[in-house]
Amino acid sequence: MSTLDIKDLHVSIETEQGKKEILKGVSLTINTGEIHAIMGPNGSGKSTLASTIAGHPRYTVDSGSITLDGEDVLEMSVDERARAGLFLAMQYPVEVPGVTMTNFLRTAKTALDGEAPKLRTWTKDVKEAMSQLRIDADFAQRNVNEGFSGGEKKRVEILQLELFKPKFAIMDETDSGLDVDALKVVSEGHNRVHEAGGLGTLLITHYTRILRYIKPDFVHVFVDGKIAEEGGPELADRLEEEGYDRFLPTAAKA
Amino acid sequence: MTETTEKARIGAPAIDGFSEEGEDLSPVNAGQGPLAGASTKGHSHGGGVGVPDSSRAGRRTSYQLADFPQLTGREEDWRFTPLKRLRGLHTEALTGAAPTVTVTGPEGSEAPSAVKVETVDRSDARIGSAGIPEDRVSAAAWEAFTEATVLTIPAETELETGVVVAIEGTGTEASAQHLVIVAERFSKAVVVLDHKGTTTVSQNVEIDVRDGAELTVVSVQEWNDDAVHASSQQAKIGRDAKFKHVAVSLGGDLVRVTPSARFSQPGGDVELFGLYFADAGQHLEQRLFVDHAVPNCKSRVLYKGALQGEAAHTVWVGDVLIRKEAEGTDSYEANRNLVLTDGARADSVPNLEIETGLIEGAGHASTTGRFDDEHLFYLMARGIPEDEARRLVVRGFLNEIIQQIRVPELEERLTEAVERELAAGNL
Repeated sequence: MSTLDIKDLHVSIETEQGKKEILKGVSLTINTGEIHAIMGPNGSGKSTLASTIAGHPRYTVDSGSITLDGEDVLEMSVDERARAGLFLAMQYPVEVPGVTMTNFLRTAKTALDGEAPKLRTWTKDVKEAMSQLRIDADFAQRNVNEGFSGGEKKRVEILQLELFKPKFAIMDETDSGLDVDALKVVSEGHNRVHEAGGLGTLLITHYTRILRYIKPDFVHVFVDGKIAEEGGPELADRLEEEGYDRFLPTAAKA
Repeated sequence: MTETTEKARIGAPAIDGFSEEGEDLSPVNAGQGPLAGASTKGHSHGGGVGVPDSSRAGRRTSYQLADFPQLTGREEDWRFTPLKRLRGLHTEALTGAAPTVTVTGPEGSEAPSAVKVETVDRSDARIGSAGIPEDRVSAAAWEAFTEATVLTIPAETELETGVVVAIEGTGTEASAQHLVIVAERFSKAVVVLDHKGTTTVSQNVEIDVRDGAELTVVSVQEWNDDAVHASSQQAKIGRDAKFKHVAVSLGGDLVRVTPSARFSQPGGDVELFGLYFADAGQHLEQRLFVDHAVPNCKSRVLYKGALQGEAAHTVWVGDVLIRKEAEGTDSYEANRNLVLTDGARADSVPNLEIETGLIEGAGHASTTGRFDDEHLFYLMARGIPEDEARRLVVRGFLNEIIQQIRVPELEERLTEAVERELAAGNL
């Protein structure tokens, strides 16, 4: 079993107006097999947490720690974090010019495992995963995310989750912009990996919709860079009915 | 990826003065006169009388240097070129020693015995059979050369291996060079023009692709860092002939390649490919011209370029002209650039002129993308180390062109050369 441990994390970014603190002391522990949903209004710092775990250069960690089975994640470069078993399914996957999906998937798998995957089983795995996620076979020859629709990009993120088999998946608003069918396909993809065992999930979402398909064990509500409330799945139900209003300062209430 | 794409504009009228590119003057020539663009309408720069400047059909052609005025840098076809770095190619008599020419097979092996190699003087009938200068620098070379190399692939001969024309520069004095490649009817061959060393040369390459012939010409510019090279490579395409041209520019201070293909009979098929990789300070320019002057010919153009480093500058101008007579034409041209660092500049100008509506298809596209921190983050977040991520992107991007060459040892060499370029820029 693995543990991803986040302790009193403070994170800021540089803006034109100077330094802006976004995460103001976040603590969270995720174990293999657990699904944690992080919910919260826009601008509450949910995505910042995701990007910080993955090591995006835009975010500066001012204090606190992130460890993976005791290893200091903050000391690792972006690629080292991925090789250590952290996977970020991005909210806005970028188009990478010049690199076909096939080439990209194989190169990444090789880097992650430290050896090239066996060609025959690998090709079969890719094909199977693509068909389960209803990704057209043509996509293999297209450049990474180039010309893909929003929904296609998200499916390709989950394709990677299935193929790379990380220890922890951080899903950054994977559900946003998906129609119900695509949402089901994507959720099923995650659940396959989850059921196979060995995965811990941090599911970041604005809406409760995806939680009908991916059942969280824990729900954390993010407000203004901090966890405002924690609970089990019942907390998500309450949020669905009440929204985030009760967490917001009076002035911001609609 | 920030990207601008120009969609095909089939049947769009030619635009006087190419106002869409008005702000893309070479920074070197800028300030010497009015900006190009809409303001150049009515300003003659060497166009034929009565034909608008903006039509490629109006470009002046002549074997006489005197027919081309001195360059100012404001001319449509010179406005991107830093003239000061031409090292006299546009002003001086080109009397320096031209690069040496050695014809071999692949990797220095003996040339295929069927190929005929001759050194001829200016009076040879084949000189001027496939090309005519279209600019002052080309005309200067035409006026100055004393002898030419003529390479002939005899009729109905299929060469098993490629022919390599090793062109080795040995000095920096402005010089002239003339080559003629004749692919006689129903012959089939691959010819590589392999440019290396140090030089200042204006070069005319005439390529006569006769009826039913199938010829590939690969021009590799892997010069030393200080070389200056202007090369007009003009092909005349016979009936049902196939011509593939691949221009690869990697080394040199200023390299300006102007390939053209003119269909002289119906049924011709032309593919023009290009690959360029500009480092800091390099100017790599490619201007091509496809002249659909007869019916039922097909052309495809794809040039891809990568840029890295301060003041790396590439220029791609693709002129495709479909004349009134050229019914049934099928044509498409595209240029793709990948900017790897700040401070580099890629100019890309597709020009499609269509004078008849009775065509199969015509289109053009131009994209310039940036490889930036977000791409890098994406690939690294999948476990791929930074240097490998960069290689992955550039190799993938340029490989589409390299694999068109189909001379395995040359493909390998160019792949390695691209890797070296990347490593040299080590960011």
